[in-house]
Amino acid sequence: MFDAPGPRFRRRVFWVSVVSVVVLAGLLALGLRQFAAGGQLDPVRWRPYLTWPVWRYLLGGLWSTVVAAFATGVLAMAGGLLLALRPNRFTRAYAEVMRTVPVLLLVYVMLFVLPSFGVNLPLFWKLVVPLALSHAASYAVIFRAGVESVDPGQREAGLSLGMAHGVVTRFVVLPQAVRHMTPLLVTQAVSLLKDTSLGYVVSYTELLFNGRVLANYNGLLIQTFIVVAFIYLVVNLALSRLAHRLEASRARTAR
Amino acid sequence: MSLVLEGFLNTVALTLLSFAGALLAGLLVAVLRIVPVPLLRGVGAVYVEVWRNIPLLAWLVLFVFGLPEVGVKMPLFWTAFTAIALYEAAFVAEALRSGVNSVAAGQGEAARALGLSFRQTLRHVILPQAARRVVQPLANIAIALTMATALAGVVGVVDMTRAAQRINLELAQPLLVFTGVGLCYLVMAAGIGFGARVLERRLA
Repeated sequence: MFDAPGPRFRRRVFWVSVVSVVVLAGLLALGLRQFAAGGQLDPVRWRPYLTWPVWRYLLGGLWSTVVAAFATGVLAMAGGLLLALRPNRFTRAYAEVMRTVPVLLLVYVMLFVLPSFGVNLPLFWKLVVPLALSHAASYAVIFRAGVESVDPGQREAGLSLGMAHGVVTRFVVLPQAVRHMTPLLVTQAVSLLKDTSLGYVVSYTELLFNGRVLANYNGLLIQTFIVVAFIYLVVNLALSRLAHRLEASRARTAR
Repeated sequence: MSLVLEGFLNTVALTLLSFAGALLAGLLVAVLRIVPVPLLRGVGAVYVEVWRNIPLLAWLVLFVFGLPEVGVKMPLFWTAFTAIALYEAAFVAEALRSGVNSVAAGQGEAARALGLSFRQTLRHVILPQAARRVVQPLANIAIALTMATALAGVVGVVDMTRAAQRINLELAQPLLVFTGVGLCYLVMAAGIGFGARVLERRLA
């Protein structure tokens, strides 16, 4: 949106950079002073996070998070496929409702309503079922958009070559649709992983809930949750990077 | 019954205020992400990645229980507001940025060929075309934000979802209570969708 910068413009960019470094450093110093004033930067309060038992506990939580996210992903994708393949009034209404009602409400239904009707699932499923119900709707939207993004001429070309409908879908339409959907699927995977933090409400021992238990135990609330947030950040960033790498390599081989 | 009303009003207020805050902060971050200063672009990118990749519930817990420990004391409602607004700002910034990027590169080149400055290009050529295209993504963010306010209930704000859970404990009328609250969310989302369509037509 801008030309290659000339000397005057480059000077201006330089000065803006200098000013913003100063401002950012100032903000950072202010924040750190606020932290230091409460004694939160005290090495004693951070040292536990260099020890293995604490990490073993938190990584155990991360493992449960990943397991829950994986189970939810499989169920939600299956449900989404079902919804996407049968576009009728019911499935459309379902998708509409699920994309406007908070997952937390569904979790509360699982926790407080269904038991009084005699349906009392294990904790794991109390988290996974509401998440899967809700994310299935998102997957349905992604799948439908992916299939619609493939030029109808592709299917017609396949059919005119004498391929059967199923064959065209499997070898012509789906590979292209998947390529178009990849960015959305990654965003969806990250959002799913983040949503498993509702285990905090369900008391399923995933990462955020383990953070709560740890903070209650050692009293280091800020430190614990900063470390937990950092783990989420690293995992989700790695997930996005990996997907981009895959996408880039597949885009190369596709040509 | 007053609990229902309190929850409903809190949800509506939290949604409206957080969305306004997210728009403002998101606009700022989006500007950071497209200015010609590499450092500021980096700052914008880091903001988006950090906020987007950590669950909102983790932010809420950190803000609501953590901030008082470092001497920042705010009423609960406003702490929740801050966390939700800053979180959704990352998504708003991305929506705005992709809206700006969706305007064909030739448009910007043509404007520059005519001698318009960076600011003029943005103001008269890029933004009017981008505005139309960001309405729908922003409406989707607003709906997601309505749902996200339910998480404020977990850290103590009496919002609609929280109220439903508490009333259910007293009334033991689960179907009625939860369906009613679900309908309230549906109505809010429908309202947002309607507003977006009207706005889109106005901008077209």
